[in-house]
Amino acid sequence: MATQDVTEDVSPGRASFLYDPRIRSLFVQIVVVLLLILGVWWIVDNTLENLRRSNISTGFDFLKGRSGFDISDQLIAYSSNSTYGRALVVGIANTLMVAVTGIIAATIIGFLVGIGRLSNNWLIRKIATVYVEIFRNIPPLLVILFWYQGVLALLPNVRGSYVLPFGSYLNSRGFYLPSPVWGEGAWLVLAGLAIGVALSYFVARRAKARQAATGQQFPVFLTSVALILGMPLLGFFLAGMPLTFDLPQKGAFNLNGGLNIKPEFLSLFLALSFYTASFIAEIVRAGILGVSRGQTEAAAALGLSSSQSLRMVVIPQAMRIVIPPLTSQYLNLTKNSSLAVAIGYPDLYAVGGTILNQTGQAIEVVVVFMVVYLTISLLTSLLMNWFNAKMALNER
Amino acid sequence: MQEHDLSWVRTEMTLAQRAPSREAGAFAWGRKNLFATPLNSLMTAIAIVAVAWFLPKILSWVLFDAVWTGADRTACLTTAQGGELPVGWSGACWPFVSSRFGYFMFGRYPLDERWRVILTGVIFIALLVPLLIPRVPYKGLNAVLIFGVFPVVAFILLLGGVFGLQHVETSLWGGLMVTLVLSYVGIAVSLPLGILLALGRRSRMPVVKLLSVIFIETVRGVPLVTVLFMAAFMLPLFVPPGVTFDKLLRALIGVALFASAYMAEVIRGGLQAIPRGQYEGADSLGLGYWQKMGLIVMPQALKLVIPGIVNSFISLFKDTTLVLIISMFDLLGTVKQSISGDPTWATPQTAKTGYVFAALIFWIFCFGMSRYSMFMERRLDTGHRR
Repeated sequence: MATQDVTEDVSPGRASFLYDPRIRSLFVQIVVVLLLILGVWWIVDNTLENLRRSNISTGFDFLKGRSGFDISDQLIAYSSNSTYGRALVVGIANTLMVAVTGIIAATIIGFLVGIGRLSNNWLIRKIATVYVEIFRNIPPLLVILFWYQGVLALLPNVRGSYVLPFGSYLNSRGFYLPSPVWGEGAWLVLAGLAIGVALSYFVARRAKARQAATGQQFPVFLTSVALILGMPLLGFFLAGMPLTFDLPQKGAFNLNGGLNIKPEFLSLFLALSFYTASFIAEIVRAGILGVSRGQTEAAAALGLSSSQSLRMVVIPQAMRIVIPPLTSQYLNLTKNSSLAVAIGYPDLYAVGGTILNQTGQAIEVVVVFMVVYLTISLLTSLLMNWFNAKMALNER
Repeated sequence: MQEHDLSWVRTEMTLAQRAPSREAGAFAWGRKNLFATPLNSLMTAIAIVAVAWFLPKILSWVLFDAVWTGADRTACLTTAQGGELPVGWSGACWPFVSSRFGYFMFGRYPLDERWRVILTGVIFIALLVPLLIPRVPYKGLNAVLIFGVFPVVAFILLLGGVFGLQHVETSLWGGLMVTLVLSYVGIAVSLPLGILLALGRRSRMPVVKLLSVIFIETVRGVPLVTVLFMAAFMLPLFVPPGVTFDKLLRALIGVALFASAYMAEVIRGGLQAIPRGQYEGADSLGLGYWQKMGLIVMPQALKLVIPGIVNSFISLFKDTTLVLIISMFDLLGTVKQSISGDPTWATPQTAKTGYVFAALIFWIFCFGMSRYSMFMERRLDTGHRR
């Protein structure tokens, strides 16, 4: 038998080393890194040179210096003798204040309008549509300025303030409300609230377990409302009603006492919450429309009423679609709160700008901005991701 | 069996009758759409009261009680404030807008040179309209003209300094013109840069991917104000001493970088929605990376995310107003400046009038863009919804 000539060790035809994807990608990455290092080196070199020429010291030591400027709206104690660092903290607190109140208001308005967009009622539907189309298409900064210069600045001065119920006043210096002053034993009220919340949580859990086991329902909502309102009230009476109100008093030139909500805050709050609400409304609408029709029909077939099917079938599923874009709207609102600088509300950005003008520490101030805003963004994302995971579909 | 008597058979159709009033007509429509349930009726009543309260007020402020002519602020003041209108009057002060209209459109651009801005605008519209109408041919040529040739022409026309045109510094630019320049550059830069960043973020090269992620997430995590602030205060520090940067250019860089980060995320969404088979199909045809992306993946991905892209354009357009914070005068900036810095028109109604005017202009642009995107979405919908 003729032996066949078998060539051993056939190596696959190696392409040229230029065409090896691994080598190519390595090469590209090395080039990118080199370019980056060169660019950064060039920037750092220029910056150091520029800073040296204009005699600006680097580092965060300036934060310990005396600030020397006043801040009109402060949630924590601050005076012009405080440090720059403290001024920044006041700014952060104000940013958070606007963000939190704005998010709450925008969520409420947005959900109402979003559900209104899908209402059976023609008039409600049209009003909601007009609201969304108007506010979505106008820059928020314009709305802030409109409220600030166009509306709130036109309110009468202190002497001619509008008198509102419960001893409140509205004038060009803002909104004056009675502020509650808690007396001795007020902690009982807080304790009552905590107990009420904890109890309703347990009631809800027990009721759910019982319904799963026996099918019997329990009026969880009413019980929770009674507990959450009732326990603090009980504490309130036990402590002997330790609450008085500090009413704003009309003086010759000013209103004294009470809680003053400044027009800067009011404009910012109104503009941001109305603007963001128009986006939230669209998100909610898309979420509800995203729940398939079969779900509603199945709920009806089970004999659920329309409100029950909305509450127990549609909304839990819509929430899954709603939460991710809702998170980005919350982040947008937080970031948009930096528009405060246009009307002089002392948020982080405005305070940072003042500090920059006084000290010239541009890089350090920008680093502070970045760190704070990125931290807020990250924390909000984490919180919403946790919420999202809780609401996510438990697929078996 | 009983026989049926078929002696009478109808030979013509009965005449069509009107639908019962319970089912059709205004009354039935109202019952179905406004008063379906007691709760619905209550909401309708509240809504009617609210509309009846607000709408006449708004209309009379904008139209019926508004002042339409006048030379200065006295036209818009009440007798108590030193004018002639009755006390308690409230209405728009339109002569303020008409007298400052040129400023709102062109800023402090020299009066004799404004034809250049108008000409640029006309060229832009002449190039844009055929690009937007799907039936007009030569889309490729049109796109080259509007994104390749037009910027050069506009740059020469607006800035001048060559061909005998007077040089007009960018610090004199202002008004709607600056808003449009910022938006145009932002859009023209952010789309290609966003595509590159999105591809970078999905790249298999770890370094490229990491850098793209860092850039995108940092920019998206901070407000535009901070980015503009960096562009305004830190860019001058980054260049060698003596080199100066034009202020408008700095704002343009800030806006464009900011917009590209958002654009990148929108496009990444489109890339993720393209099934793996498309990538693999391109690979098996022997296409290289750029051929695969440019010929197979991108056309499909971009089509999927057109609504998202237009949304980014709309937010970019609205975001250009923020340049007023680094003291530049776009449309909103000129309006604000006229309101607080112009004693000829200082009346209580000026601020409201000016902002309503600016809001109307912004609204027209944004609403137009969103409607166009809805139109394109419907047109490009191939029915392959997954």
